[in-house]
Amino acid sequence: MRELIKKLTEISSPSGNEDDIRNFIKKEIKNYCDSIETDVMGNLIARINGKKGGKTILFDAHMDEIGVMVNHIDENGFLRFTAIGGFFPFHALVHRIRFQNGVIGVIGEEKRDSSAKVSPLDKLYIDIGAKSKKEAEKMIEVGDMGTYAAETIVTDNRIIAKSLDDRIGCYIMIEAMKKIKKPKNTIYFVFASQEEVGVRGARPAAYRISPDCAIALDVTGTGDTPESAKMEVKLDGGAAIKVKDSGMLTNRKVREKLIDVAKKHKIKYQLEILEHGTTDAFGIQITAGGVPTGAISIPSRYIHSPSEMVSVSDVKACTDLVVAFANDYDA
Amino acid sequence: MNIEKFSNAMGVSGDEWEIRRLLTEEAEKYADSVEIDAMGNIIALKRGTGGKKKLMAVAHMDEVGFLVTGIDESGFLKLGRVGGIDPRVCVDKRVIVGRDKIPGVIMVKPIHLTSRDERGKPVPFSSLLVDIGTEKKEETAKYVKLGDPVAFDTKFEKLSNSMIKGKAFDDRLGCVAIIELLKKRYKHDFYAVFTVQEEVGLRGASVIGERIKADYAIILEGTGAQDFPNKKDINKSPKIGAGPCVTIKDGRSFASKELLKLTVKVAEENKIPFQFKKPGVGGTDAGVLQISGTGIKTIVYATPARYIHSPVSISSVNDLKNKINLTDLVLKSL
Repeated sequence: MRELIKKLTEISSPSGNEDDIRNFIKKEIKNYCDSIETDVMGNLIARINGKKGGKTILFDAHMDEIGVMVNHIDENGFLRFTAIGGFFPFHALVHRIRFQNGVIGVIGEEKRDSSAKVSPLDKLYIDIGAKSKKEAEKMIEVGDMGTYAAETIVTDNRIIAKSLDDRIGCYIMIEAMKKIKKPKNTIYFVFASQEEVGVRGARPAAYRISPDCAIALDVTGTGDTPESAKMEVKLDGGAAIKVKDSGMLTNRKVREKLIDVAKKHKIKYQLEILEHGTTDAFGIQITAGGVPTGAISIPSRYIHSPSEMVSVSDVKACTDLVVAFANDYDA
Repeated sequence: MNIEKFSNAMGVSGDEWEIRRLLTEEAEKYADSVEIDAMGNIIALKRGTGGKKKLMAVAHMDEVGFLVTGIDESGFLKLGRVGGIDPRVCVDKRVIVGRDKIPGVIMVKPIHLTSRDERGKPVPFSSLLVDIGTEKKEETAKYVKLGDPVAFDTKFEKLSNSMIKGKAFDDRLGCVAIIELLKKRYKHDFYAVFTVQEEVGLRGASVIGERIKADYAIILEGTGAQDFPNKKDINKSPKIGAGPCVTIKDGRSFASKELLKLTVKVAEENKIPFQFKKPGVGGTDAGVLQISGTGIKTIVYATPARYIHSPVSISSVNDLKNKINLTDLVLKSL
């Protein structure tokens, strides 16, 4: 577990440039499915064949992550950048960025307007140690992308890493694929692209598959830290079965089936209502004439930072729920 | 090229009547078939010479503007905004109202009647009214009805051999380019699409993807130039005269890697100048086209235009010609 999570989270693959993570996952799953394909959007779509009369289920986790894209190299060799997805200035300052070609930089800031205010992204820059534009241009081009450089730590009960949003969902799908043997249902696993920039990958993938039901796996926030915003979800509270977020209401039948399955298999769960944010489930639900869609969320603290944190026991509960649902679902 | 005709035409999002008529007439001269869908998009097809793929070029025909939301007791028109317009660019501008093109002026109190304090502040949009020279509500109602489109009244002009001035360069310059491309014939079927309601949320294009199911789509746009005086050492692209802007990433889509690579190759081999648009900002019809159906490979080429979304823009004909040339050669090599 430790090793796979470390590899999945330390790979740098921001939205739109998912090649590295896709190639890694492809190798990891090739022995556990009947077919694998990559579509126009760069989604990786794996299938485990079911039996005649079975249903078609789609599980989705996105493999992209937030990051930065260089939009200018200045005369002194400093880089200006734009955000890929929700890359926030209040997390970013003085953190390290790893570009996909291996170049490392540090995020610095112009003179602050006020010590109380966080500088916006256009007042930040990346210092890659170049002394001039000419030198920097040998290392980086406009359009190059990077992500936080952060070491992944797995303790007995916690995982701390960048990009747990949503590599932890990818991890859960990979583990579930290893456990699902000769199912009655045909099961698709979509490792989706470009979620962080607006749920772009999952929609065309779901359109192609047109499943009977879909479940997205993604992180959600928690309300269990000092003076946090109010939210019922907590770390170690089990798999979070989504009721609503700011993009969607989950399908009632799918949600109730998830709850039934969790109860039947004694899997710890909690219900989730998320005020801000959404997942691939939002896009899947309204494509291909409409898909009954639910979501299993992994409670997570410090989302979109270099130190996202989830609970080992929650991850296990989510995996168990995916496997049980895949086996039990009968519409 | 029809720059003058297309720029002057009226076509505020949601009521693109005049520009649609002109584009349809032009498209019918060169295309094998032309149809208009339920949204009002124009879809022209030029059959290929045997290829199996479907190519598509897309430009939006609509422009930002206003619509009439009310008539006050003194006969002034109240306005609703259609698309992104800064209220600071509206004051004291000439407009045309409705399909009869009733001329009007967006009113402003003259300097004699304003306090020093008022003059230092932008006029909020809610206080902008159009004066069509009538005196009473009843009189205005003879000429104008609720919902009538209101467009800036700007006549196209050439500033020099290469520089042009006019309204709605976003995206009539794309429309001009597509008509030129319809004159050619490619190996694959070529769909020339003019969309509606881009400026209010990419609405026309959102029904195009599934209808045509193209393999490749090139979106031809007009984009806001950033080459204003600015001492800060930041990216100032798009620059006028530096060639068409190729988008790597904007707010709504990433360019297809295959098309991006091909674009750079074709441009370099044929010595066509181009620039990369500063990554990050904006959004085009590519945003919805790319993720429609099972997904389409898209890329955006844009002609830089200064002061877009205002009554008047300035642009370079050379950039437009280079864009047409680049698009033509890329379509040929697909």
